[in-house]
Amino acid sequence: MHGVLHEVFAAIGHEAAATGFVAGLTVRVAADKHLLWIRPIFSGHEFGELSPTGLIELGFDPARLFLLSVANAGDGLRAAHDALSCVALGAVVIEISGSPKALDMMASRRLTLAAAQKSVTIFLLRFSAQPNASTAETRWLVRGVASQTQSEDWGYPSFEVDLVRNRHGKTGHWFMEWNCNGRIFQSSSADRGTVVSTAGN
Amino acid sequence: MVLVAKVDNALRLSAVDRKATSLGLVIGQPLANARAMLPDIKVVPTNDSADAKLLTQIADWCDRFTPFVAIDGPRRLLLDVTGASHLFGGEQAMLDRIRSSLQAQGFALRGAMAGTAATARAMARYRDGVVIASGDEEQAMRPLPVEALNLDATTTHALRRAGLKTVGQVAARKRSELVARLGASMLAILDEALGHATKPITPRKPPPDYWQEQNFAEPVATDHVIRTTLNSLTVALAKILEQHGQGARHLEAVFFRADGAVRRIAIEMGAPTRDAAMIDRLFREKLDTLADPLDPGFGFDLIRLSAVRIESVVLEAADLDANINAKAEISSLVDRLATRFGGHCILAFQPHNTHIPEEAWVTVPAQHMRPSKLGWKETRKAKEAPRRALRLFSRPEPIDFASAQKFIWRKARRVVAQCEGPERIAMQWWRHEMPQPARDYFRVEDNEGKRYWLYRNDATSQWFLHGVFA
Repeated sequence: MHGVLHEVFAAIGHEAAATGFVAGLTVRVAADKHLLWIRPIFSGHEFGELSPTGLIELGFDPARLFLLSVANAGDGLRAAHDALSCVALGAVVIEISGSPKALDMMASRRLTLAAAQKSVTIFLLRFSAQPNASTAETRWLVRGVASQTQSEDWGYPSFEVDLVRNRHGKTGHWFMEWNCNGRIFQSSSADRGTVVSTAGN
Repeated sequence: MVLVAKVDNALRLSAVDRKATSLGLVIGQPLANARAMLPDIKVVPTNDSADAKLLTQIADWCDRFTPFVAIDGPRRLLLDVTGASHLFGGEQAMLDRIRSSLQAQGFALRGAMAGTAATARAMARYRDGVVIASGDEEQAMRPLPVEALNLDATTTHALRRAGLKTVGQVAARKRSELVARLGASMLAILDEALGHATKPITPRKPPPDYWQEQNFAEPVATDHVIRTTLNSLTVALAKILEQHGQGARHLEAVFFRADGAVRRIAIEMGAPTRDAAMIDRLFREKLDTLADPLDPGFGFDLIRLSAVRIESVVLEAADLDANINAKAEISSLVDRLATRFGGHCILAFQPHNTHIPEEAWVTVPAQHMRPSKLGWKETRKAKEAPRRALRLFSRPEPIDFASAQKFIWRKARRVVAQCEGPERIAMQWWRHEMPQPARDYFRVEDNEGKRYWLYRNDATSQWFLHGVFA
């Protein structure tokens, strides 16, 4: 579904997993369009700088990506709002660490409206934060999962995903992995559930 | 009052005020000598950098008359007013206006206008306030002393020794004689002073290719008028750019305040642009987000919009319309973000041909992004897990291995569940005199499913955490 706001919360210490999950979602949502990734200046020190060589390994083309560094969440939200007016953009990702005041119900509603108007999808990537009231279409909790293989190669990135909110569908809990070759989410060998979400479609 | 500076290890007078002059003090006189003449003179040390700064400010102010302003020596400005004087009611009126405005600001000055820079220099010194029409230079210069040529001290001295006291006497000599005695460079200066040759001045800033400006008889201070003016200048400039098939990459709006202060506001574009609406929008954005807002004070009496850098606009084939539109949309978004947050904040990745993990790419300002011939290549083989970390630490963080199965990173203990490696990455020993030791990289997964990229420094055996995987 396009033009909506998705929230992805990283479990503490699983920021890289959540980053990979969002990168996968953006590939699903806008495979060949440009992408704006907004993050606070300190994000690189705290969680590591987004690396294009790591992105290409996931099947994500770094040439499509623009990075914007902002001083605080308020600037980031304003920039995201502005970026949503650009219909050529495939998606906007905004990394937010903690629960800043600027990100309140009002900000969330503004983003939801702007996204719906121009059908550009926006992902809020939340680190070190607890979910609070918002107008997001979906809300995901993501953590990395130990690989099940005991061979030299530990396989594709795998996630344990909780869909705790879904305004137009079921919620659920899945184990899934990101197929870097097929560029699609698939049920992982650790999956004990039955539903496989091809999220973002 | 006198100013002193150290010349050849002795304090000498470098500037004297009117009263000191009337009491017989002259520039170049030793301070001890002057003190002996007048024991209670007020002495202040020269401050060259402050002088230079003031001169720069005056030059800024002079920008309103012409964009060709050059700083000429420590206390002289040269303005190339070719084609600009009619805007100020003729040459004499323009010169008078510059002189009286600066005098009103409290400066003592000499000024003159002439067909060449060398003539103007001499006239300012010996015949303050005159305008020498093109062609009359020789006649005007002839009666002046040789010092008017502004040659170096040795040459001037040599001319005096030879009995040539005026410019006319020098000009009357055979050219071959002068070259033989004093060198060809002296002749070039003489030709310029007599108006036989011209030498272009070197402006402080590269002059803009196109510009539009609006003068105000009454200084304007209201926000609305300023913005409307900027808008109409933008439309006019865009029209000129379009006529010439050009687009601007870098625009500058210059606000000249009535009291002499000058404020410059620049915007940059990722692609050559002549879309007035977009340029206007960027300026509005910039004016709204200025950390140090535009202060009109008592008002601006001139607003100028110049295209500092231009490029020719290539019209692309019309059948790719949708694609072009998308491209234009993206570049206009990048421009807007760059205007608001600064060009260095909106970045794009460019691949770089090396195997060293942290140098395999560079981030460049997205506005200055050029398509690269290098593509992005995966390191992993098909069906394999990623071999390069998704998030990298710009400074690899040292870690300690408590035992073979446990390591401590950021004060937390991590239990190794799986480990893959080593992948040896050698540093570029052929590039540096003191090459860094090779690194052995390992991919490590802990029992909570977090994945790390660790390496061991081959020389020191120290462990570092370089990045984290999804």
